[in-house]
Amino acid sequence: MTQTEPAVHDAAEFMDRRTFPARMQSLLHRYPWISPALVLLIAVFTLSFFNQYFATPNNLSLIAQQVAVVGSIAVGQTIIILTAGIDLSCGAIAVFASMVMAKTAFENHVPGWIAFILGLVVGTAAGGFNGYLITKVKLPPFIVTLGTFNIFTALTLLYATGRTVRDTEVDPFLLKLGSIFSIGTFHITVGVLVMLLMYAAVAFVLRYTAWGRHVYATGGDIEAARLAGIQVNRVLMSVYMVAGFIFAITAWVLIGRVNAASPNSGIDLNLDSITAVVIGGTSLFGGRGTVVGSLLGALIVGVFRNGLTLAGLDVYYQTLAVGLLIIFAVSVDQWIRRSKS
Amino acid sequence: MTAETRKPILEAKGLVKTFGRVVGLDVSDLALYPGEVLAVVGDNGAGKSTLIKCLSGAEVADEGEIELDGEIVSFKRPQDSRAVGIETVYQTLAVAPALDIASNLYLGRELRRSGLLGSVFRMLDNKTMKQHAKEQIAALGIGTIQNIGQAVETLSGGQRQAVAVARAAAFGSKVMILDEPTAALGVRESNQVLKLIVKLRERGMPVILISHNMPQVFEVADRIHIQRLGKRAAVVTPLTHTMVEVVGIMTGALKIDESGQTLHSVR
Ligand SMILES: Nc1ncnc2c1ncn2[C@@H]1O[C@H](COP(=O)(O)OP(=O)(O)OP(=O)(O)O)[C@@H](O)[C@H]1O
Ligand SMILES: [Mg+2]
Repeated sequence: MTQTEPAVHDAAEFMDRRTFPARMQSLLHRYPWISPALVLLIAVFTLSFFNQYFATPNNLSLIAQQVAVVGSIAVGQTIIILTAGIDLSCGAIAVFASMVMAKTAFENHVPGWIAFILGLVVGTAAGGFNGYLITKVKLPPFIVTLGTFNIFTALTLLYATGRTVRDTEVDPFLLKLGSIFSIGTFHITVGVLVMLLMYAAVAFVLRYTAWGRHVYATGGDIEAARLAGIQVNRVLMSVYMVAGFIFAITAWVLIGRVNAASPNSGIDLNLDSITAVVIGGTSLFGGRGTVVGSLLGALIVGVFRNGLTLAGLDVYYQTLAVGLLIIFAVSVDQWIRRSKS
Repeated sequence: MTAETRKPILEAKGLVKTFGRVVGLDVSDLALYPGEVLAVVGDNGAGKSTLIKCLSGAEVADEGEIELDGEIVSFKRPQDSRAVGIETVYQTLAVAPALDIASNLYLGRELRRSGLLGSVFRMLDNKTMKQHAKEQIAALGIGTIQNIGQAVETLSGGQRQAVAVARAAAFGSKVMILDEPTAALGVRESNQVLKLIVKLRERGMPVILISHNMPQVFEVADRIHIQRLGKRAAVVTPLTHTMVEVVGIMTGALKIDESGQTLHSVR
């Protein structure tokens, strides 16, 4: 086996001779959150240059609070997109769950924490319904969640009878995540903390458990995962249910953020969560990405909107910038994928 | 050592598998005896892959039965056959592109840490899995793989095939099924896999080897199962038949009679 040694040596030398773009490519391939991290750094740096108020603790705290809802929902969206799926109904599920929480507590006088658990059950069941249609009826996720987006929205409006549960009517337990606490000169809501906890928990599970590995394997190549002995339908079902649960927690963050529960809130959440995930470097083709990237993606959007407002730019330019960012992120993903096939 | 006096370890009887209007298997049999290397040859689309997929539970046959050690088994999914020690390398390799080599070797049977970290937090024992994966790859003698933590999609086709073979070799305890395991391999790597097959036979492990490479088949096989149009056309041995004859049966140019002795040209 003396042949083995030179073979390894040759290959290693070959590796070192790779061009800079090729090395960048494999680096980004390994750590897909690097490019959103760079974008975020550059954005923060540039925007603080244009406006002195931008980088103040007050403003950064405000950005964190603004990002909490989209950031939370993006956690669930990420694990779905990792399986090569998509959820267009995530915002509708969150709003539905928030109405269930607020209304059962206010009108049926259920204790706040029980109302909260009810909301969690509804959110998880809604996710399970998506999962059922995808794994058992074998419909594409895009179509399923387009349908359930309308269904959940309609159910929410029917249940709420068009009425908002106002700040004075919402159970105090349900408002908890809106309360502010201070770390030094930063003022953060409990909702931001809950969001960060969800990121930590899901990042851990994806990285250190077999379930996490199966999520990546299923998203990367579902037939290969099945042949390798993974129960892919069970993985998909659990992913949609866990995501539904996360959307229901987001409902809690949402109530705290808007200080009320309105059937008309959160319309933008469905697409904004996908934006955050994509800008965060997770591949829409499944199998590659990180939740941390999605947090960065949500922050990038928050920073752009906030910073461009402070710079006196019209809101249309913010939307334009976000659009360009999406195209940029997907191009980077394609570029990484191309080299590896 | 006549086949008739021994009992097959794995036997398929009258398997039928259709895909809509396409017939993949048309009442096909297969018998694998203890300690032998059974080559399965046949034209493209003859139903070789479909046959072994039915044996491994990757597909469920519409009709027919499968016996393992004389007992009827019904494999509904790949993990069912794996659970009883049948390992399969599929033609498509079935590796997870984004995961690294070690994760792929242990895909679907990950090791968890001992203690609370494993039982409560379900944490994986990456260290042990990496260590074992390294040993398995080294044992195969595929030296060009440098980093066990490398994503499989960054490997060459041959290296991927090596990973799939290493996975099967690591876990197979009863039967090994290899569907064209050397198709993408270089000469040296092909020889490594052939050596592995010989080693497995020396250990008494029965192997089913699908291959289009006739010299290879004649080198390692004890018996040759010839699949044609979804059926088993004949079973011959490298000692009694030549490559030309095997190819003749494969393509239908030659017919073999019941005793398996005399051949006559169809045309
Ligand atoms: N999943 C499937 N759906 C539809 N048809 C299939 C499927 N799998 C196999 N077939 C059909 O069954 C027949 C046998 O295919 P199979 O893959 O078993 O051939 P093979 O002998 O392995 O060929 P090759 O040498 O090219 O690998 C072919 O006609 C093929 O088109
Ligand atoms: Mg085949």
